[in-house]
Amino acid sequence: MAKDNSIIKIEHLSKSFGDKQVLDDITLDIRRGEFVTLLGPSGCGKTTLLRMIAGFAKPDEGVILMDGNDISETPPHKRPLNTVFQRYALFPHLNVYDNIAFGLKLNKIPSDEIDKRVRKVLKMVSMTDYEDRDVTSLSGGQQQRVAIARAIVNRPKVLLLDEPLAALDLKMRKDMQMELKEMHNTLGITFIYVTHDQEEALTLSDTVVVMSEGKIQQIGTPTDIYNEPVNSFVADFIGESNILNGKMIRDREVEFIGHTFECVDEGFGEHTAVDVVVRPEDIYIIAHAENAKFTGVVKSCTFKGVHYEMFVETDKGYELMLQDYNAFEIGSTVGMFIKPSDIHVMRKERTCNTFDGVMVSPTKVKMLGAEFDCEDCGLAEGDRVTVRVNFDKVELLDNKEDGTLMGEVHFILYKGNHYHLTILTDDGDNVYVDTNDIWDNCDLVGISIAPKHLRITKRV
Amino acid sequence: MRKLVNIFGKRSSWALPYALFLAIFVALPLLLIVVYAFSDNDGGFSLQNFVKFVTQPEAVNTFIYSIGIALVTTFLCILLGYPAAYILSNKELNRSQITVILFILPMWINILVRTLATVALFDFIHLPLGEGALIFGMVYNFLPFMIYPIYNTLQKMDHSLIEAAEDLGAKPSTVFWKVTIPLSMPGVMSGVMMVFMPTISTFAIAELLTMNNIKLFGTTIQENINNGMWNYGAALSLIMLVIIGISSLFSDGDGQNVENEGGLI
Repeated sequence: MAKDNSIIKIEHLSKSFGDKQVLDDITLDIRRGEFVTLLGPSGCGKTTLLRMIAGFAKPDEGVILMDGNDISETPPHKRPLNTVFQRYALFPHLNVYDNIAFGLKLNKIPSDEIDKRVRKVLKMVSMTDYEDRDVTSLSGGQQQRVAIARAIVNRPKVLLLDEPLAALDLKMRKDMQMELKEMHNTLGITFIYVTHDQEEALTLSDTVVVMSEGKIQQIGTPTDIYNEPVNSFVADFIGESNILNGKMIRDREVEFIGHTFECVDEGFGEHTAVDVVVRPEDIYIIAHAENAKFTGVVKSCTFKGVHYEMFVETDKGYELMLQDYNAFEIGSTVGMFIKPSDIHVMRKERTCNTFDGVMVSPTKVKMLGAEFDCEDCGLAEGDRVTVRVNFDKVELLDNKEDGTLMGEVHFILYKGNHYHLTILTDDGDNVYVDTNDIWDNCDLVGISIAPKHLRITKRV
Repeated sequence: MRKLVNIFGKRSSWALPYALFLAIFVALPLLLIVVYAFSDNDGGFSLQNFVKFVTQPEAVNTFIYSIGIALVTTFLCILLGYPAAYILSNKELNRSQITVILFILPMWINILVRTLATVALFDFIHLPLGEGALIFGMVYNFLPFMIYPIYNTLQKMDHSLIEAAEDLGAKPSTVFWKVTIPLSMPGVMSGVMMVFMPTISTFAIAELLTMNNIKLFGTTIQENINNGMWNYGAALSLIMLVIIGISSLFSDGDGQNVENEGGLI
C-alpha cells in the first residue's frame, strides 16, 4: 500500500564536486500529491538534490526511482516532471504565449488544444491578456507566474520548484505562497520545493525535509519539525529557540538553567546529558516573582509587531529569549515558568570531541593533521589512539598562526550562558568548542589544546 | 583669465580635441567625397559620375560581383564560425581559454602579411590563384571576426535557459535549433556586420590572391583614384558607403538588446 503511494523514491544518493561532498547518502520517499519542501541553509545540497531529480546532475552513487522505475540515467527531456527555475529562465526571444506553449508544441499537441490549455493556465496564474507580451517587459512577479504556468501547462507528475519566490519582495512572496498552495490543492500534482526560508517551508509544506551539509537532518510535518526538532541544528534553524545544556534526572524530570523541571520525555536514562529546547513563546512571564518557577531580570525588550521579544537573565545567570504580548520594563524582576509539554528534550549528538590519532612519540600525538603535545601516558610511537577533549578545554586564538591548528568558525549555537561553536579545520574535520568569547561565522581561528586536557586511550 | 579656466574646467570641453579630430578626419573627408561625387572635372555640379556608373556595364558588374563575393564569404564564415564558436563556448568541449586565443590570434597579425602568406602557401602546394583562392583568403582573413561575436553571445547565454528547454521536453538537437540559435542571433548579426562590410571594400586580398585577374569594387575605386579620376572614384565610394549604411541599418533593426550583442571590442 505504502509502495503504491510513493511517486519518487531516492535511495542512498551521494554526490561530490571535487573534494566537497554535497550529498551524503540521501534516502527519501515522496508520496503522490505531497507538497515536500527541501529546507536548509545555502550550500546544504538541497538544490543539487533537486537538480538530480530533474536530471541536470548525475548521482555518484544511489538511485532515483519514479513510479518504481530507475530514472537516474534518464536525460531531463524524457522525465515526466517540470521545473520552475530560480531566476525563471523564460525564453527572452519568445512572448508569453510561446513560452508557455513551448513544451506543448514539442509534444505535437494540436494547436487548438494548445490554445485552450495555455489560456486556462494563464487564467490560473491570473495573467489573462498577457499572451502577446514580451517576457522581458514583465515584472519579477509576472515573470514568476509565467514560469509557473510554463511548467504546469504540461501536466507533469511532479513539479520541481527551485527557490521560486526568492527574488520577490515580502508582500508579493506572501501572496504567491498562498497561490502556490491553492494551485497545489487544485492540481493535485506532487510539488518538490526548495527554499532556505523556514517560514515559507512551514507555511507551504505537507512534509519538510531539513538538510544540512549534504545530510537529511529531519523529515516531518511542519508541526513535528517545529515542536519536536531532533537535534540542535534543526531547533536553531527552524524558528527562534533557546537551546540549553541539560541533564535528565530521571524519566519526566530534567534539569537545566540551574532548576529542575517536570517534562514529558522518557527513556533517556538517569543523569544523562541532553540538549533542551524551549521556544521563546513557550516561556510564561509574570510580574510577581514569588509564585514563579524561576526568576530573572529583563535585559532588553523589543517590539516585534504582534509581540515583544525580551532577553531575560535568570537567577542562575542564563540568558533566555522569550516572547510575550505584554512588555516588561527593562531592569524589572520577573517570574517565569514553562509547561512540561513545552520542554523539548533531545539526545546530545556528542558530549565531547573524539578524534582518531597516532602517537608520534610518547609525548606527542598526531591528529586532525597536526601534532599536539600531550602528557606521557606510557604509549609507544605508532600506537593508534582515540583522543577525547572536552568542549570547554579547546582554546581558540585570535591569531590563527599561534594555534597548533587552523580552523574556520562554521556554526554558532548560543546555549544560554555560553556559545557552542563548530570549527571546521583545513582537513575538513569538525572540532566542537564551548566558549564565552564571541566569534563570528567564518572567522579564522587558531586551535590549541593544553597537554593535560588530551585524554588518550589506546585503540584496540 | 578666470573665464578661460572655467572653459577648460568644464567636463564637456574635454571632448573638444576629439570633436576636432572627428571633424578633420571623418566629417571633412566624407563631405569631400560627397562634393567630388557630385561635381565634374571643372568643379561644377553634375550627376555625370553616377550616370557613368549606371551606363558602364563593367563597373556595375564588378559591383554586383563584389557583393556576391562578400555574401559568399559571409555565408562561409557563418558556416565555419558558428560551430567553432559553439565548441569554444561549451565548457565541456573546451576547457581552456587558450583555444579561444588561438582562434583570435590571426586578428593580431596584419592583413597583408596574412594574405602574402596565403599566396605563398598556394604557391607551395601548387594550387592555382583565382576565385577559389580569393574566397579562401577572404574567409581565412575574416573568420575570427565572425567567431568572436558569436562566441561572446554564446558564452554569456544563461545556461538555465537550455536546462529549461530540456526540462520542457526538448531533446538536445531541438534545444539547439529552438533556443541556442535564436538566442545567439545578435552575435551572428554583429559577426555579419564585421565580415560583410569590410569584404565589399577589400582590394588588397583580391589583387594578391588573383594576380590582379579578378577585380572587386574596392579595386575599381582604388584604380580610379590612383589614375586621377577623383570625381568618379568619389562617386563609387559614395555608392559603396550607402550600401554599407543600408546593410548596417538592416541589422540594427534586430539589435534592440545591445547589451546582448557580441561586440568585438
